[in-house]
Formats: sequence, structure tokens, C-alpha cells
Amino acid sequence: MMKFKDFDRRTLLKGMASFPVLGLFGYEFFRRELSDQKEPVDILKELGIDQKMDFSGDLKKNSAQLIRLGIIGAGTRGKTLLFRTGFAPKERIKGMNAEQMEAWMDYADLNVVVTGVCDVFDDRAEMALDAAGHSVKAVSGEKNLPKAKRYRDYRDLLASDDIDAVIIATPDHHHVQMTIDAINAGKHVYCEKAPTRTEAEAYHLYEAIKDTKLVYQLGHQIRHNPIYPYAAKLVNQGVLGAVNLVEVTTNRNTSSGAWVRHVNRDGSPKPGDLKSIDWNRWLGDRPEVPFSTDRYYNWTKYWDYANGLLGQLFSHEYDAVNGILDLGIPHSCMCSGGIYYFDDGREIPDLMHAVFEYPDKGMSLVYSATLANSRNRGRVIMGRDASMEIGGSIEITADGNSERYKDVLDNKLIDSSKPFVTAGGQRDVDGVSSATEKYYIDRGLTEVKVNGKSQDVTHLHLREWLDVIRNGGKVSCGLNNAFDEAITIQMAKKSYTEGRRVTWDPVSRKIV
Amino acid sequence: MCCIYCKENNCLIFIEMKNIDMDGSVARSFSLFLLRIFIGWHLLFEGLIKVMDPSWTAHGFLKGSKWIFSDFFLMIANNSALLGIVDLLNQWGLVLIGLALFIGVFTRIAAISGVVLLMLYYVCMPPFMGLDYASTTEGSYMIVNKNLIEVAALLILSLFSAGEHFGLDLLRRRRTGKLAF
Repeated sequence: MMKFKDFDRRTLLKGMASFPVLGLFGYEFFRRELSDQKEPVDILKELGIDQKMDFSGDLKKNSAQLIRLGIIGAGTRGKTLLFRTGFAPKERIKGMNAEQMEAWMDYADLNVVVTGVCDVFDDRAEMALDAAGHSVKAVSGEKNLPKAKRYRDYRDLLASDDIDAVIIATPDHHHVQMTIDAINAGKHVYCEKAPTRTEAEAYHLYEAIKDTKLVYQLGHQIRHNPIYPYAAKLVNQGVLGAVNLVEVTTNRNTSSGAWVRHVNRDGSPKPGDLKSIDWNRWLGDRPEVPFSTDRYYNWTKYWDYANGLLGQLFSHEYDAVNGILDLGIPHSCMCSGGIYYFDDGREIPDLMHAVFEYPDKGMSLVYSATLANSRNRGRVIMGRDASMEIGGSIEITADGNSERYKDVLDNKLIDSSKPFVTAGGQRDVDGVSSATEKYYIDRGLTEVKVNGKSQDVTHLHLREWLDVIRNGGKVSCGLNNAFDEAITIQMAKKSYTEGRRVTWDPVSRKIV
Repeated sequence: MCCIYCKENNCLIFIEMKNIDMDGSVARSFSLFLLRIFIGWHLLFEGLIKVMDPSWTAHGFLKGSKWIFSDFFLMIANNSALLGIVDLLNQWGLVLIGLALFIGVFTRIAAISGVVLLMLYYVCMPPFMGLDYASTTEGSYMIVNKNLIEVAALLILSLFSAGEHFGLDLLRRRRTGKLAF
């Protein structure tokens, strides 16, 4: 046994020579922990900023009433919308790991079934039928679920009385007519963006459904990324000072990102021919042209079906900022650009820049897009006192010349070269994610992590739509938002095609 | 010169003559002491900040693995049960190794465990030409990086009974008369 007297005092002291240094370490570590924990909170408090960010409301609401869904358009987006309401093809279910499965099974309380599927392409209709039969309900062992029926004409689907609500995920040229027909047939509508293809359609849509009691939700899922309402709260508290410039961008540099999608990655053609695709139905009221997989898969390249960058990507940018600043329709717009890079017969520009003026708000919105460079230029809201960069997360940085933050800057409590507020975040982008997928993640359009829990924002947006159908209330991206966005897009398009500055006349409600 | 057995001695810094596997001099002992507590300081710090941060995980580090062992490290990263164990081993391993080196107990075991741990970090992400990592790690000088330097230093600590130079292993040695481990 060790006895203390075996050692003399000196040996003991010598053996403990490092203890004072250990004490110093402990003291320093304690100070570091204190400063790590306290400082950011103190700064926010000092600035009088509300620090709370929540998920909007209670997610799990009364869903006793079963909702029977129809889906029109089961392409890439349609497939995602089905998945996010709890329907997945058998193969996809097999491929899910335990964690993904658990998250997906969590959609059970949506209490929905798919009873109607409409797509002009046989492959896609079959995929959707497959998904409809393999729902969260079916996987959890529920019996006697209604079977989904395939419709070749969407009007037949709308006429069916075993459907309560429809999801529309077709190319843009069908959106307005299908939405109006669905509302007239008594169905609730979740329609993908862009809301309309033309200016005339915007008025048509607005007038046709403005008095309906049915629920119309435009598919801007970013509304359910909780950092956006949080950003709105911060801006309303004056964190940025008077906002004067907003810069939004699109930066992509892949063929898929530029809507060249009729070939697989290895260069082989994607499926589809006149036997499997009902081309006339796909065209609808659009000019008759010979079938091509280019037009079928890459419709975004042509004015006849869509508005290119404006309808597909600026629409997200506009909606993200509209949710924060409540922009509405701009006073005027100038837009320019050109087809400088893609020599593939496309009509829509691959570089585009639009400046929107909001004199009443004392600010401009600038959109700048390229499909031939992927440098991330972010999305930035600039005020007199600070700038906010917002995508998948928020970073607010004080302006070095700010009056409001002068004291805290002088006292070095905050630094104008580093953000003093950061919030939100998204999952790590792994090696498997494609560049286009990363683009959506960076811009806050896919998954969001709040309090350690991952949530898919598209799922939350669909969930809200279903909840409002059952329990009433307001959707977060309804007809007014859709109209404002449609007009804003059309102003840019008109300015670009006519090569002049256009203005919005709020009295006659026309673009002039 | 004086030694622990001459009780009359009262010099302030004790110089050990006997039963140490190297010739002692104040300067040598003191430099071993410094090396030991500095590495202890570093590893204890690395361990404690990971323990204090509830969201910390080795997931990202393991996922970034390149070179011939990357399959092994990726396998750990993708297995949540295994990852939990590795996280725990890493956090507390660093704390215990750091603390042991700091105060000089079980110095040899601690130093050798440190060598193993640091070599795992090293082969997970070796700083070889042609291996591109998502983030540039500070302290890499082609092939040699700070981990490798620390490995060499720990080898010295383990082979030169570093815990017996101003460390608690000195007390254990007095008791057993054997070389501390």
C-alpha cells in the first residue's frame, strides 16, 4: 500500500509541478466557455432584437377528415409532391434507409389518399399509380384503401366525384386553365409555380377564382422555411434599417440547370415517343409543332410553354423576398439579357438582368441571372444599418457606417466584417447531390433543420394546404401573392421582349 | 547534484540521478516536462470542447476521408450506432489522454494511446499531394502535418518516462521501484 510518508514533501511537490499549469488551463477554459455562451445573446439583447425563431404554429392539426387527392402532371416535380404527401413507388420505398423511412412514415397524419392520376405520358402515369398504391397508409397496414384511377384527360379527372382536391404539376402553359377548371369543378388546388404564363392569364386567373371558398395554394414552399418569417420579423424590428436595395440572383452552370434534360447523364436519350406520349394533349392550346423529346422535357426553353428564368427561378427569388418585405407589384421594370451561351434553338435568354423599382418603399429589387457560371452570389437585402444574406440560412452583418450600430461597433461588441446574427442551416451536401440539387439547398428550397430536426419545406407547404382545406384559415401563398408574382414576372418579360421600360398602372390594373 | 535520498538536501529543483533511464539534468527534465504538459494541454482542450458541444460529431471528419482507408471511415460515418461509439471514444479518449499527460500519470499508456488516435486522424485524411479535401486543413506541410509531429513527440514521451519528470508517475515509481507505465 502506498503511504504518504513514503515520500518526502519535495517529491510530492515535484510530482505535482504541472498542477498550477492545469489550474491556468481550467481558468482559461472556463473563461472561454463563458464568452462563447454569453456574447451573442448579449449583443442581440443590447440591440433589442427578438431572438426567437419558431416553426409556424402547431404542425399536427386535426386531420380526421380523409382528403382524396388527384394529381395532374406526374413528372419530376409531381413525383416529389406525391412523395411529400406520403406516396412513393415501390422501388423507392425499398431504397429508403431506416431514418428516411421514419421521417416519411411521419406523414401518416396527413390522412390523404390518391384516387386519380392524370399524365399524358404512360411511364409517368404508371409511376404515379404505383406511388398511389404504396402510400404511408398502405405501408402501415391499412386495408381497403381506394384504388387510384388513371385519366387521360384532366377534365375527366376533375369531373370525378371521388376527388376532393388536386395537385397540378404540369408545364406552365396548363396551369391557369387547369386551376380555373378545377375550382369550377369544386376541387381545392395546389398548383406549382409559375402561376401564369402570360399577362392575360394573370387577370383571367384572378377574376375567375377570387371569390371562391375553395383553397388555392401556389407551390412556393420557401414560405415554410422558418428562417423566412424570422427574417421578416427581424426586418420589421428595423435590424437592417431602411431597406434600399435587394439583390437576388441565379447562378447555374450545368446543362440540367439550363433545362437540357432530354438526355441522361451518360448521353443516352430519355424515354418517350408518340406511342407513349399524347402529344396533342400535352400541347393543349399551344401552336402545333412536331413531337420532340426536347420540347417535351425542356419546355422551359420556349416562350410557348413557360417564361424561362423568370418563371422558373426568379419566381422563387421574388417570393422569398416578397415573404420578407411584402413587396407587391413594382412601379416599373427594366429587363435585358440574351442567348449568349446555349446554341440549342432555345428562345428564352440564358443571361438575364431585371431591375424593379419600388419608389413608395424607397427601394429597388435587382435580379441577375446566368446559366453559364455557378459562383454563388447569394440573395442579399441591404439596409442603411445592416445587410442580410438569406438562402438556406440567415447572416446579418452590420454596415460599417451605420448610425444605429455605431456604439456597438465602436465598443467592438460587433464587427462589420462578420455577421452578428446567424440562424438556420441545412443538411450537409454530400457527394451524391447534383449541382442543381445543391443550388436548391443553398437557396432554402429543400430541407431545413430547426432545433435539430430536419423538415422538408415542400411537405410543410402541402401540409398547410390540407390543413386549411379541413380547418379553414389562410394559406401562406394564395391568390393575391400569385397575382402579384405573375404581374411582376410579366413586367420583366414585357420589358425584355419589347426592349423598353414598362410600368404598372394600379388604376387600370395593366402593364403599360 | 543531489538526489531524493539525501534528506539534508534542500535545493529547490530536484535533480534525479538514479533509476531513470536517462541522464538527468535540470534542463532535460524541464524540457520533457514542457513537452508533456503542452501536448496534454492541447489534447485536453480538443477533448473538452467536443464534450462541451452537444452537437459535435466526427461525422463530417470521417465523411471527408480520402486515401486507402476511406471505406472504413465512411462505414463508421454511415452507421449511426457505430458513430455514436466513435464519438464517445474520441471525446473522452482525448480528455483522458490529455489529462494523464498533463499531470503525468500512466504517461506511457496515455502517450501510446495518443499515438494511435493521432495516427487514425492522420490516415483518415493524410496530407498527400493529389488528395483534395473539402476544406483546407491548417498545419499541413505535404506528408508531414501537425498530427504527425505530435505523434513523434508522444513517442519521445513514452520512451523517456516523461511522467517521472515533474509528474505524478514519479510518486508511483517511488512506491514500486519499477518503471512507471
